[in-house]
Amino acid sequence: MSKTKDSLKINDVSKDTEKLASVDPEDLMPLPGEFEEGPWGEIPAETREKYACILDDTCILPIPLPKTKAEEDDLVRKFLSGMEKLFSKENNWTFEPMLETSMEHCAKCNTCAEACHLYEASGRHDMYRPLYRSEIFRRIYKKYIKKESLSDWRNGPIDLNWRTVARLGELAYRCNICRRCAQTCPIGVDNALIAREIRKIFSQEMGIATPELHDKGSMLQLKVGSSTSMNGLVAKDNVQFIDEEFSEETGYEFSTPWDVEGADILLIHNAGEILAWPENIAAFSIIFQAAGLSYTLSSDLAAYDSINYGVFYDDVQFARTAILQAQAAKKLGVKKIILGECGHAHKALTVIADRVLPPGLQIPRESYLPTLRDIVLKDKIKLDPTRNNFPVTLHDPCNLTRLMGIIKPQRDIIKKICPQFREMHPHGPFNYCCGGGSGYAIMSRNTIPEWRAKISGRKKLEQICNAFSECRGPEEKYVAAPCSNCKGQLRDMFERYGLLEKEGLKYGGLVELVVNAMVDVKPGFISWEEE
Amino acid sequence: MSIFVYLTIYASLIIFFVTVMYKITDYLKKPLHVRWELYPVAHEGKKTSYGGGYLEETDWWDKPRPKSRLGELKVMIPEILFLKAVWENNRKLWYASFPFHFGLYLCTMFMALLGFASIGMLLGLSKGSLILSVVFAITNLCGPAGFILSIAGAAGLFYKRLTDPTLKDYSTFEHFFNLGLFIVTMTFALLTWLLVDPNFNVSRQFATNLISFNLVPIGSSLLSIQMVLIAILLAYIPLTHMSHFFMKYFLYHDIRWGDAPNIDSPSTNAKIGIVLNYPVTWAAPHIAGHGKSTWAEVATFNPTADAEEKKE
Ligand code: SF4
Ligand code: SF4
Repeated sequence: MSKTKDSLKINDVSKDTEKLASVDPEDLMPLPGEFEEGPWGEIPAETREKYACILDDTCILPIPLPKTKAEEDDLVRKFLSGMEKLFSKENNWTFEPMLETSMEHCAKCNTCAEACHLYEASGRHDMYRPLYRSEIFRRIYKKYIKKESLSDWRNGPIDLNWRTVARLGELAYRCNICRRCAQTCPIGVDNALIAREIRKIFSQEMGIATPELHDKGSMLQLKVGSSTSMNGLVAKDNVQFIDEEFSEETGYEFSTPWDVEGADILLIHNAGEILAWPENIAAFSIIFQAAGLSYTLSSDLAAYDSINYGVFYDDVQFARTAILQAQAAKKLGVKKIILGECGHAHKALTVIADRVLPPGLQIPRESYLPTLRDIVLKDKIKLDPTRNNFPVTLHDPCNLTRLMGIIKPQRDIIKKICPQFREMHPHGPFNYCCGGGSGYAIMSRNTIPEWRAKISGRKKLEQICNAFSECRGPEEKYVAAPCSNCKGQLRDMFERYGLLEKEGLKYGGLVELVVNAMVDVKPGFISWEEE
Repeated sequence: MSIFVYLTIYASLIIFFVTVMYKITDYLKKPLHVRWELYPVAHEGKKTSYGGGYLEETDWWDKPRPKSRLGELKVMIPEILFLKAVWENNRKLWYASFPFHFGLYLCTMFMALLGFASIGMLLGLSKGSLILSVVFAITNLCGPAGFILSIAGAAGLFYKRLTDPTLKDYSTFEHFFNLGLFIVTMTFALLTWLLVDPNFNVSRQFATNLISFNLVPIGSSLLSIQMVLIAILLAYIPLTHMSHFFMKYFLYHDIRWGDAPNIDSPSTNAKIGIVLNYPVTWAAPHIAGHGKSTWAEVATFNPTADAEEKKE
């Protein structure tokens, strides 16, 4: 029997049960309005046979199912070996001081639980307490790595077997790493960081990571230059095509510069935009050209795709990607790198890479938002806000707001060009994650879409509905989400619940709203027509 | 017996300070870590009010980034004194946690005032002087209030951990032992005040003897027991998770608010140089097995075969 919402105990994690827990769809946090919620669906039999799908109703981290006692023991041994490295300054100088303080000072007060959108959306299921996963990890650490005497009495007992390891690995992928819980912790303990560190053990030591983030993500980016599979030439070709298409569509002739040595700015987009949201690429090019900025894109390996999935699961992959991007900027001799609409790329290259890039590669890096704010507020382009006279709300990507403190520029812009702007509540640094954070936005295996809709994206959907509470129904509305991952999550949520038809809900970036208001561009850059 | 009490106190003070210093220096000795700040960052001046920071500016590296210490105090003081985060996010727990913590602050103040008055008297201040009269009066308030609040708070926390289903599974023997130790110690302090030492004159005399190494008999067995319990508590606290009372400084200032950028800083670059030369022994195939052994080598190595070919 899997455990229901209030009956789950820490030590259940080690028990020989088919699955640890199950969230009853009946218990899910209700949404405002009619939202049909079906059962979880089945994880395909071949996935179950191959992987340790023993946590709940979905299976994200492909941990090979051990078939023999030796394989079971091996899983535990490798996990402990990785955990040992996690607490060594040499192997984990990047995060060890922060991890150790989080290990030592938690008061186990559960104050963090209410801050977590997963906990709330699941109907307050014990498995989604931020502390649940951390406490299992902490007990293993204290007993097996730190080898504290009387550990069971001091820290609580833990039975470490292959199920504990497999479930802990999977639990690390039941967290958006949004750090909202860390914000409420009175002591400063960071359960999100602990989730990420567990992911690192699996990737860096055991060679186990989600295919979307690793094989088809960071490895592909290192191999061909982008997780989209486009190499530099193809990316360049596609952007050229976007230039032509959108020049015609908008009546504004523009072209995107590539590999311009000595340009002031290297602009790096999330290359996913080129394929999924070409209007975002076009909007940037139109605005930057109209504002007369000296900028370029780079076709160098990894430098035309700002993604850095290492941020979600692997420090080494993170460092490799950041270094390639900085090398490209150095080669072009730009004054600075500006990041396009991708939250995790912002955080990765601007903040985390700050103490990873060696001297010589420390080219200044910043968000596109302050530059865009200056363009809009200083009237460097002509704008007509009445073109945006529809209800607009703004989603705050966690990486930009809670993790980087970029709150006001996007509001200055949107308030100037959108007469019907309204905030979600809460917002800014206290926002809720879209539900796609830390990699889920690009995952659609087995029942992962169910999880993204039922659990991780639920709170954001509630916020969006509430932001438009006075204009529900098919009237046209726009959710500005200045982040590629967030858009991926919103796309899937809107499609699943038919929100374009039912609620007139369209999502898109912020730059699209700016171009939609540009008087030099034909009206109708943003359209509610189904694509 | 009295000598034992004095020696226990001296030993506990040594253990307390050595442990605190050890934990602080251990943290300070750690290598450079990456930035992992979390907004609102308290020292961002006006921007703090809405959770913003210097990354909202274009060319932020060319602009001044003044740090508002006042802003930090504005967050730290209500947080430390009134447990603001617990008040806002876990009100039920606050009703027990706040009296417990505030009671301990009052007890700390009480002990500091005993020490202050003792030193003052040793230096020749008269008991009737204005300053000592004020100190005595505050001591008389802080002591009993601190004992009562911390007992009530600790008992409340004990009860909550025992009965609240959300806390029960996360509460270990150590939690109950710690709270029990506080309750017993503070109860003895309360009894000593009620039965033996209503004006804390005996306690103050004991503090004076302690400071002047005048190890004369104590005279009250209740006070002796209280002092031994306080000694145990003092030595024990920094050895447990309760060391958050001083380590919180680093959790906030170095991690949560640690947003200092590296703008070609020689000292940060030197630290980066050190960590990039640390050996890496992670075993996953994309990291190991390529003959690269330091962070600098591993991070500049591309594990994908095609990319290697392209490079060649
Ligand atoms: S992480 Fe912080 S808020 Fe959560 S249980 Fe631990 S101390 Fe309490
Ligand atoms: S980081 Fe976000 S998703 Fe993860 S436990 Fe904390 S609040 Fe929940």
